[in-house]
Amino acid sequence: MTEADPVFRTLPTPPGSSSPGRFEQILRSGRFAVSAELSPPDSADPEEVFSRARVFEGYVDAINATDGSGANCHMSSVGVCALLTRLGYSMVMQISCRDRNRIAIQGDVLGAAAMGVANILCLTGDGVQAGDHPAAKPVFDLDAVSLISLVRRMRDESRFESGRAISSPPRVLVGGAANPFVPPFDFRVDRLEKKIEAGMQFVQTQYCFDVPRLRTFMSRVRDRGLHERCHILVGVGPLASARAARWILAHVPGVHIPEASIDRLARARSPRMEGRRLCVETMQEIREIDGVAGVHVMAYRQEEAIAEIIDASEVLGERRPWRPGDESPWERRAVQ
Amino acid sequence: MYSVRLWSVRNARLLEALYAVFETLLESLDPVFRRIGYRRLERPVAAVEKAVKSFLFDCRMCGDCLLSSTGMSCPMNCPKQLRNGPCGGVRPDGNCEVDPGMRCVWVEAWEGSRRMRHGDGILAVQVAFDHRSAGRSFWLEAARRRSAPAPEAEEAAS
Repeated sequence: MTEADPVFRTLPTPPGSSSPGRFEQILRSGRFAVSAELSPPDSADPEEVFSRARVFEGYVDAINATDGSGANCHMSSVGVCALLTRLGYSMVMQISCRDRNRIAIQGDVLGAAAMGVANILCLTGDGVQAGDHPAAKPVFDLDAVSLISLVRRMRDESRFESGRAISSPPRVLVGGAANPFVPPFDFRVDRLEKKIEAGMQFVQTQYCFDVPRLRTFMSRVRDRGLHERCHILVGVGPLASARAARWILAHVPGVHIPEASIDRLARARSPRMEGRRLCVETMQEIREIDGVAGVHVMAYRQEEAIAEIIDASEVLGERRPWRPGDESPWERRAVQ
Repeated sequence: MYSVRLWSVRNARLLEALYAVFETLLESLDPVFRRIGYRRLERPVAAVEKAVKSFLFDCRMCGDCLLSSTGMSCPMNCPKQLRNGPCGGVRPDGNCEVDPGMRCVWVEAWEGSRRMRHGDGILAVQVAFDHRSAGRSFWLEAARRRSAPAPEAEEAAS
C-alpha cells in the first residue's frame, strides 16, 4: 500500500478531541448516543461479520466488538474491528485483561488504531470458569484501571508502559465499564471516579433492569460532577423469556434482574415481545435521567430486533446515525 | 486462614495502628539493615514476613503490599488479582464471581477501609503491577524506601 491509498490514510483528529472517530463527536455534541454490541462469529468467514454489522446500520453510533465475552472463544475483537473499519463503521474495540498480558495488549492497541479503531473499551473480563474453556490459564496481568491508565499513557505521552517511545501514538477514545447493580454499592461511584482519574472518557454499564437503582447511582454521580468528566452510556437489552432471564442470572456474571421483571415476562402471552417492550420502556426512562449520555444495546441472539427497539424507544429523535455510503468528515475510510 | 483473614478486616483499624508503629520501627532500622546488608536479610526476613502475613491475611507475598490501602484485605486473594477495586461480577450476596464460597476480597476491602483512619488510599489508582517483586519482602522494601530515593526519582536525576 502506498501513502496515497485512501484506505490507509491517517485520519485527522479534530482539535480538542482525542480520536478521529465519529463516536467521540456525537458524545461531545451532547446528543443522545446509541451504541450496540456485536457478537463475533465462531467462524473465519468475513461475510458473517459484515452481515452481523448490517443490522445496526443507521441505528447506532458505534459498534462494540466483544473480546471473548463470557470467557467464550469467538473471532477476536481486533479481527472484527479490522474488517468493519474498512467499511467505515465506527468501532469500539473491547479489550479484556483475562487473556493477554501488557505486551500483547499494547501491540493490539497500536494495530487497532492503525486499522482505524477510534474507541477502546478497557475491561477486567469474566473469569475463565464462566466460559467454554474453564481449563485455560487466566492472565489478568493488568486490571481494568491499570489498562485504562496504560492506554491513556500510550496516547498522551506516546510511551509504552515500559517507557519506550511510540513514534505515532494511538488516537483513541478510552472507555471502560461500570456495574452499578452489584455490591459493594457504595464503592461503585468511587470506582467510576477512579477510572476517570486513570483516563476513562466514556463508560458503558452492565445491563440495567433496575432503573431505581440506576437513578440512585446517577444522583451520586451528578453530586460529584462525574457525568461532566465522562460520557455515561447505560447498558440495555431485551430478555427473551422468564426462563432466559433465570438462565442469565445463573450463568452470566454481574447481571441483576429484579423479580418483578421476570414475573412480567412469565405472565406475558408473548414473552419475547414483552421483553422488547420492557427494554423500550427502560430506554425511555433512562433517557430522562440527567447526566446519561446514551444507551448501549446488548441484544444477544436478538440482534435483528435492535432496529425495531431503537425506533420504538424514539431515543434518537429525528437523528439517523451514519451508515455506509454516508459522507462524514471523520470517516473517509469508506473508500474501498 | 480464611476466618483469620476476615477477622483482620473486621479489626482493620487496630491493625492499621499496629502497622504504623511497626513501620516506624522498620524505618529506624534502616541503618542496621544496611550494615548487615539488605541482600543477606532478604530470605530470612521474607520467610518471617510470609509466616506472619499468611496467617493474618492469607498473604501471597506479591512484594508490593497494599493492605494499608485495601482495608487489610489482600487483593492478591482475588482470583483475578485485581488491585484497583471489584470487578463487575460480584454476586448479590457479596461473594466472589469465580469462587462463590468466598466473600469478594474487594467487598471486604471496602468495609475494612471504612473502619480505618486513613482508609481513603483505596481510592488511589494503582498502575500496572511489577510482577518481578513477587516473593520479595515488603518490610525490607518499606525500610529501604525511607532512605533511598524512589526509582522514578533516580531516573529523573540521571
